[in-house]
Amino acid sequence: MPVDAKSPRVGLMVTCLVDLMRPAVGFATVRLLEQAGCTVVVPEQTCCGQPAWNSGERAAAADLAKAMIRAFADCDYVVAPSGSCAGMVRLHYPELFKDDPEWGPKAHHLARRTHELTSFLVDVLGVERVEARYDGHVTYHDSCSGLRELGVKEQPRRLLAGVEGLRLTELPEAEVCCGFGGTFCVKYPEISAKMVSDKAAAVAATGADTLLAGDMGCLMNMAGRLHRLGSPVAVRHVAEILAGELSAPPIGGGKS
Amino acid sequence: MPAPDTPRDTILGTIRRAVATVRDETAARAAVEQRLAAPPRNLIPARGQVPPPQQVELFQRMATLVAATVEPVAEPGRVPHAVADYLSAHNLPARVRVAPDAALQAIPWDRRPTLEVGFGPARADDPVCVTAALAGVAETGSLLLASGADHAAPLAFLPHTHLVVLSAADIVGVYEEAWDRLRRRQADRGLGMPRAVTLVTGPSRTADIEQTSLLHAHGPGRLHIILVGPPAHGAEPLHG
Amino acid sequence: MIPASHAFKERARAAMADPDLTRALTKFKTGFPLKRAQAVAALPEFEALRDEGKRIKDHALAHLDLYLERFEAKVTAAGGQVHWARTPAEARAAILSICRAAGARMVTKGKSMVSEEVGLNAALEEAGLEVVETDLGEYIIQIRKEAPSHIIAPALHLSKEQVAEDFRRVHTHLDPARSLSEPSDLLTEARVLLREKFLAADVGITGANFLIAETGSTVIVTNEGNGDLTQSLPRVHVVLTSIEKVVPTLEDASTLLRLLARSATGQELSTYTTFSTGPRRPDDLDGPEQFHVVLLDNGRSALLGTEMQEALRCIRCGACMNHCPVYHAVGGHAYGWVYPGPIGAVIDPALIGLEEARHLPNASTFCGRCESVCPVRIPLPRLMRLWREKEAAARLSPGPQRWGLGLWAFLARRPGLYRLTTRLGMGLLGTMGGRRGRFRYLPLAGGWTGARDFPAPTGRTFQDLYRESQRARP
Repeated sequence: MPVDAKSPRVGLMVTCLVDLMRPAVGFATVRLLEQAGCTVVVPEQTCCGQPAWNSGERAAAADLAKAMIRAFADCDYVVAPSGSCAGMVRLHYPELFKDDPEWGPKAHHLARRTHELTSFLVDVLGVERVEARYDGHVTYHDSCSGLRELGVKEQPRRLLAGVEGLRLTELPEAEVCCGFGGTFCVKYPEISAKMVSDKAAAVAATGADTLLAGDMGCLMNMAGRLHRLGSPVAVRHVAEILAGELSAPPIGGGKS
Repeated sequence: MPAPDTPRDTILGTIRRAVATVRDETAARAAVEQRLAAPPRNLIPARGQVPPPQQVELFQRMATLVAATVEPVAEPGRVPHAVADYLSAHNLPARVRVAPDAALQAIPWDRRPTLEVGFGPARADDPVCVTAALAGVAETGSLLLASGADHAAPLAFLPHTHLVVLSAADIVGVYEEAWDRLRRRQADRGLGMPRAVTLVTGPSRTADIEQTSLLHAHGPGRLHIILVGPPAHGAEPLHG
Repeated sequence: MIPASHAFKERARAAMADPDLTRALTKFKTGFPLKRAQAVAALPEFEALRDEGKRIKDHALAHLDLYLERFEAKVTAAGGQVHWARTPAEARAAILSICRAAGARMVTKGKSMVSEEVGLNAALEEAGLEVVETDLGEYIIQIRKEAPSHIIAPALHLSKEQVAEDFRRVHTHLDPARSLSEPSDLLTEARVLLREKFLAADVGITGANFLIAETGSTVIVTNEGNGDLTQSLPRVHVVLTSIEKVVPTLEDASTLLRLLARSATGQELSTYTTFSTGPRRPDDLDGPEQFHVVLLDNGRSALLGTEMQEALRCIRCGACMNHCPVYHAVGGHAYGWVYPGPIGAVIDPALIGLEEARHLPNASTFCGRCESVCPVRIPLPRLMRLWREKEAAARLSPGPQRWGLGLWAFLARRPGLYRLTTRLGMGLLGTMGGRRGRFRYLPLAGGWTGARDFPAPTGRTFQDLYRESQRARP
């Protein structure tokens, strides 16, 4: 199926956390993709299967992966506002079906077309600049899967650099895990708490008023800890800033 | 056939069963033989692959970075002075234990009559030992020492101060060149690998207490390299 | 060493409550990665060398039987002896019989993790031998009767005050007026004491970082020089090592040496890299009369040919734990066995059993930092995940965790039911979250809400809202 270079058909893999916890990130993603000329579709979907995969539940992960592969079969690209879920599809779906002659090729096909949002905008579509304004002093946490599985590092920074009014201070140890780790944070809550406390201290050290990242899991973890500490730092998904989609209060920040 | 029951048989048997499924036996044996007979070089960093004069400079720079000191002297006749002056500058007794290496024995030690020179293996109370080195390796500023009839390993470990007399012509760029030299030398002598071959890179150190880096752990606290001969031309290697 | 990995959670909790340990780890977690990063930046070929390191070890493992046989033949030809040990007990017995035959009374030791693995010191002491660890860090933990907390920095967890206290307790000759307040004071005290031991030892036992098939050499790297004194001065040198350490040639060892110290401490090369081949030769000025190599298997050969084989590439640099945020939080002792951190999480279950070690591959966020620094590119998170698969298959994990995940997977496989349930659930949570927009406590989520609020969902799911907005579009 040839890709319409001007208006590719992009399937939004919204991710279960965005779907359930923070629809604003989904709408921000749709807006960014449409602004970049994409035709966005949102097939009915549940979960990419990563929690099952990382828990060693291969059969459950395979069932969920097959549903995703089916749901996005007719898209030119698939984009997720998450490095973690995009990484699951890009790296682990092929691994999951590596000995499966029927689903293996399908998994590879989906993997090749799937991208994390900021990486898709910058690396695939060549977006240089988004039209957005944010009067704030932000810092950015690099979520692990996006960073190390997909090489997402410069893309969000490049896009943020074009946001009017925004000032970015780099987070010390930005590449160190926040302690979320999917089921890790409930299996080993105390260790996770120590890790996210260190992260909260690093955030405080920047003096930023806003913390951004590209993955809902990490954001909920960091926002949860910052709120518990009484920190005034607003926590948002990077897509919200890039799309100027600020209608929802910051994560865990109550209703305005 | 009796069941394999020595630990050796069990271990090798388990390994064979695991690897045999994924390899062609004849090809595997040939590959191993070939690799051992003519060891191929792997990727070698460019840093040490420079012309000899630059190797000498690189050696000096790298050795200095790991807290060794390097003192160039023009010819072997200057070595006794360099040794004696170093000892006096560091308030050390004018007494050295020297490895009974042919090149070191050929040094005119009597040019500094006050320097007490004893050849032989190190003794526990020797404060300063002088050894030669088979090679200096520029890429990390390392010295290659080999035990034998002319060198005892503890000479480089027991004393507080280790002095090394190295000919600039014996500096090579990378480890692989040092191995070639060692293999050639041993083959010429009809010997296999020496009992102990050591790459020495700077003085002894530890960071085991609170990650604080300290020199002089168990080995020498000072490593001083007397580099003999102009680097570019004319220098005779002390060791073939 | 008796494993305590099953108590990982309790040990981790105790570790995080220890202020000395927390202080040490705070320094450690930035110091080691920074040094490695500087060493890597100074060598443009470093990433390519990692590929080479992987290739060399993969080749060696694929021909492990052949290289071990050649290694053994070369050791024998050089006048040494190789002893094969399937189990820790066989390794201990081999060394004990060497010591007895030599009439040994005192044994000095260089650092060896395999020695910890087989519990050698206890066995030798039980047989009446005096055993002295000579690496400064190992010596400190020996007198504290502790295990190493890091594979290359065994006393990482201690403060200098703790070490001073131990020295005063054990070194009864110490003048109370003598200052031991600085690390250099402690080093001097240990050096003087250990020098006597080096000179008096009958047997010296070291480990090996590599074995070289071409020459029959064992290779150790140290910074202190203790390993060389341990193996050069006594009458007998015993190398206790494991089968996966063999590499073909000096060239191959050189490539791995270019990776090892840079990955470990950020040094270009450790201070002393020594290749030992056989005992003293007739014309030699020095050296031991006997040279023994004890080759331990202890479950390693069973990993060959499985997906876990990749773990056998490990060259024990410690980079994975130096970069692991979980190790940074809890330190090495929490892991409860010899090999902590990510590599421990992968090999410990193989060596001591998954039931004992099941926490270790679970206690990872899969952040991937370990894999990104591993000099031989071991896919550590993937291998940890494979242990989780084995655990799931064996139903070893706690029931509630499995049920929670099972319920989620059940729903996610049924989109209609999922939509209905999540719509109701998020609506309820959104309402309950109220104006605050977060929960201080959530039933069944005490782990989360123990230290952080739970951000409330905004109430309706994206998919519902999106479909609604699409219908509203002209």
